[in-house]
Order: sequence, then structure tokens, then C-alpha cells
Amino acid sequence: MTIVIWVIIGIVVILLIAFVAVYNSLVRLRNQVKNAWAQIDVQLKRRHDLIPNLIEMVKGYMKYERETLEAITKARTVAQQATSAGPGERAKVEGELSSALTRLLAVAERYPDLKASQNFLSLQEELASTENKISFSRQFYNDSVMQYNNQTQMFPSNVIAGMAGFKQGEFFEVTVAEEKEVPKVSLT
Amino acid sequence: MWQQIRSNQTRSVFLVIGMGLLLALLGYFLGLYFFGSGTGGLFIALIIWAIMSLVGYFQGDNILLSVSRAKKIAPDDHPRLYNVVEEMKIASGLNKMPDIYIMDDPALNAFATGRDPKRATVAVTSGLLQKLNRDELQGVVGHEMAHVKNRDVLLMAMCAVLLGTIVVLAWYASRFLIFGGMGRTRRSSSSGGGSMGQIIILAVAIILMILAPILAQLIYLAVSRRREYLADASSALYTRYPEGLASALEKIAASTDRLKSANKATAPMYIINPFRKQGMSADNLTSTHPPISERIRILRAMAGASYEDYSIAYQQVLHTDKVFIPAAAAAAAGTVALRTAQPEAPEKLEEVQRARETTNALWNVHKYKTITCACGTKLRLPPTYKLPEVKCPHCGRINPV
Repeated sequence: MTIVIWVIIGIVVILLIAFVAVYNSLVRLRNQVKNAWAQIDVQLKRRHDLIPNLIEMVKGYMKYERETLEAITKARTVAQQATSAGPGERAKVEGELSSALTRLLAVAERYPDLKASQNFLSLQEELASTENKISFSRQFYNDSVMQYNNQTQMFPSNVIAGMAGFKQGEFFEVTVAEEKEVPKVSLT
Repeated sequence: MWQQIRSNQTRSVFLVIGMGLLLALLGYFLGLYFFGSGTGGLFIALIIWAIMSLVGYFQGDNILLSVSRAKKIAPDDHPRLYNVVEEMKIASGLNKMPDIYIMDDPALNAFATGRDPKRATVAVTSGLLQKLNRDELQGVVGHEMAHVKNRDVLLMAMCAVLLGTIVVLAWYASRFLIFGGMGRTRRSSSSGGGSMGQIIILAVAIILMILAPILAQLIYLAVSRRREYLADASSALYTRYPEGLASALEKIAASTDRLKSANKATAPMYIINPFRKQGMSADNLTSTHPPISERIRILRAMAGASYEDYSIAYQQVLHTDKVFIPAAAAAAAGTVALRTAQPEAPEKLEEVQRARETTNALWNVHKYKTITCACGTKLRLPPTYKLPEVKCPHCGRINPV
């Protein structure tokens, strides 16, 4: 009789431990999603901060490209104001900023003085790297969301997720087609 | 992703436990033979292992870095390298930016050390920086960061210590056996009934002494190769562009320069085996790294960028049903799309730019002073230059220092 009781207690203990382990991993994954989202923020803000330097640098060389420069400044302001919007809205706004930058770099092709300056080359590297960092942080965010969603959907952790109120995460999709391109800089 | 890491980690842990058992067996039987006490032998084995572990744990990073004469760089010294490492840090989800070192060596190679992700280091050779384009550099750096993220450095260090302890024990035991064993057997055989047991113990001890180092070596190499595959897969996942790493490996394999500072102890840490012989293809069991051609073929056979895609490519290329990642974990990965190559300037122009970039970084790191003469020539002065002025070799002007 007592053996049966011990076995039951043992099973209950094991179930409890399993429950705690799954719950903790759900919490960890959800926090990773939040952290990854914050990281995207960091990179986007970094790009916002880089843009004034860029404009200062090219303004001297590109006296007749006022429209392009203004478009960038405007897109930047819009993006900075949208910092509290949801992922979908932000993706759209940041995408427009990316395409504005792409247009600027395309126009810069026509100014050989600008292209030859050492400052521009390093700025080029910074821009390319910033775009990469934004896309990598987005990539990591999406990877984290996928992991988290998998955990909330697959059996048996979906049971616990449902009980404890873990919701699905939202992917950061790229909606603007041009945004998918990294700003191209060719020196030919 | 966590499940993949954990499942490969569990397999590696089992292998390491196997090595630990080997060590325990060896210690036990040697103790039994030499002192008549199994637990005594076990105890001694444990102590040797603990000492070697502590030394390796606390000094490992410094020893490796100073042996390879690597120099740490600041973010401004080489922006491209720094940016690439930062990009991979973001893509892999590491919390802290690793220290970056450059080795002044024309050979193409790279390594990563750091027993936990908070104290990570990535080192690349100047040759690598000059020869690889951005995508390829990203692939290599991604591979190294994957080693850090997957705690490979810690695992391999532990394996190396276990292997070292086993070898040390076996060696000392063989010395005792040859020089001291004879007298012992004569003395203890006087106890009559125990001599049969003594012979059996001696036999087991000798077998273990010969086999244990060999088995441990094989386990060590198997673990090392497995971790290399995993790092390749992780790099593909982070960059979403396995072709980058594949063409980097191609360039590295094609280069004939031998890394000056590698030795047998540090070989497993590099991205490819610095001691490979040209044309070596099938030496699977005795190499710390899988054959490069195989790694390249697997990377190029990937249809997507996830671990599952790597696993499928692995099975395809090696014509094996051996599962790289357990099915349950693979299903969780889902399919992840590849991206296209990053557009770059024409290769020749890029190469000149890269060479200039790298040598500038090396000048900075070695604390050379730069003076621009009025004719446009940049004069680089070593830190030991003490004279107050220098003559420009181009135009002859005297420039103050």
C-alpha cells in the first residue's frame, strides 16, 4: 500500500519538475523575443543618428540634389516619431527611410569627387554595416519569435502555454519591396 | 535553435563522459595493480585531472593568444572587421561583443577562444583580411562566433584535459611497469593465492594503458569534428548565406601558406587544420577537422539556411542515414530562406582596398606614428624612432616628428 503512495508521489514530483522546466523555458524564450525587439530599436536609432553626418558630408558635394537630401531628412523625422508604433507600422516607416538612402547613394554615383574621398568610403562602410545590423537584428528577432511560437504550439508545452497565458509573437515582416535591397554602392 | 544546441551538446557530453569513465577505469586498475587499492588510483587520477583542469581553465586564453602573437584591435583600427564581428554578434544573439585580435601572418586562418560567451575572443590573420570579401569574411567570423555561442571552446578544453590526463597516467604507469614492476611482482607473488588475480589485474592494466590513450584520442577527434559541422551549420544560419563560408573555405584551402605559429596543441582551435597535407581527403579518423571539400559540398547543397537544411545536405553529400540532428529538434527549426550575395565593387579594386585597410590596422596596432609630408607621402615611424625629424624618401623634405 505504501509503495503505491510513494510511486504516486514520485510521479507527481516528476510532473511538477517538468511543468516548471517547460514554464521557465517559455519565459526565457519570451524574454529573448522582447530583448531581440529592443535590439532592433538600438540599431534603428543608430541609423537615425548616422544620417545627419551623412547629409553634412554630401551636402558640400551635391549642391543640386536638394530634393533627395530633403526626402531623407523627412523620412528620418517620420521614422523617429514612429518609435512607439507596433512592428508592422515601424517596418513600413523604416523601409521608406531605407529606400530614401538607397536613392541618395544611387545619386552619389554621379559625383566622382565625392566617391573618391576617403571619408565617403568609410561612410559607405558604415552605412552598409548599419543596414546589415538592422537586418540581422530583425533576423534574430524573427528567429526568436519562431522558437517561441514553436514552443507555444508544440505538444506538450502548448498545454502549459495555454494555461499560463503565453501568446504568439508577431513577426517583423518587410513590407516595402525596395527595402529588401541593401543600398548598393558600386565604384565602376 | 536551443534544442539543436542541446541535443548536440547531449551527444558531446556523452562522449566526454565516456572519456571520463575511461580515465576512471585506467586510474582504478593502475591503482589496483601498483598499490593494491583501486580507489587510491582513482583518487590520484582525479587529482591530476583537477590540477590540469585548473591550469587550463585559468590560463587557456592567454596562452593561446600569446603563442599566436595576436594583437588586440580597437574598433577604429579596422572598421570592416569590427562591423562584421558586430553583425555576427547580433545575428547569433551573443550578449557581449567579443575582443578582436589580428595575427600578422599571410596564411589564411581564424580562431575563437573564450570559455564562456561573456569572455569571448575572435582572432583572424591579416592574410585572411586581405584575401576574403565581405560575405566570405562574414561566413568565417560567423563560424568562429558559433564556436563561442555553442560553448565549444569549453567542451574541447575539457576534452583536451581529459585526454591529457589519460595520456599522462598511461605514460607514468608504463614507466613504473618497466622499471619497477619486476621487483613488485616477485614480492607480491609470495602471497600465493593472490598471484592469479595479480596477473589478471596486470593484464587489464596493460590493455587499458595501451588502449585508453588511443580510444581517448579517437573520442576527442570525433567530438572535435562534430563541433566543426555544427559551427558550419550555425554560421549558415546566422549569415543566411552558406555560399559565403563555402567560398571562403575554398580560398583558404587553396592557399599554400602555412600558419607560422600553429602547433599540435592549438591546431583544433583554428577554422581549418593548419597541418593539413595538400590533397588529404580521407583521413577522417585522425583529423580534428572534417575534410574541407566535404564541408564545402555540404554548405553548397543547402536549400535553406536552417539546421534542418544543413542536416539534409549532410545526409545527401555523405550518402549516409546518420542523423546529424535528431528529428524532433530538426522539425522545430522550420525552413529558413537564403539571402542573395552582397553587391560589391570589382574584385581587383576591393583587394587593393582591403590590403590598404589591413596594413593600416596593423600600423595602428603596433603603435606606429603617421606623418603626412607636404608632397602627399605618408611616413610611418616605428614607436622606437627617437630622432626629432625625418627625411621624406619621396621629395627629400625634412619633416619634424
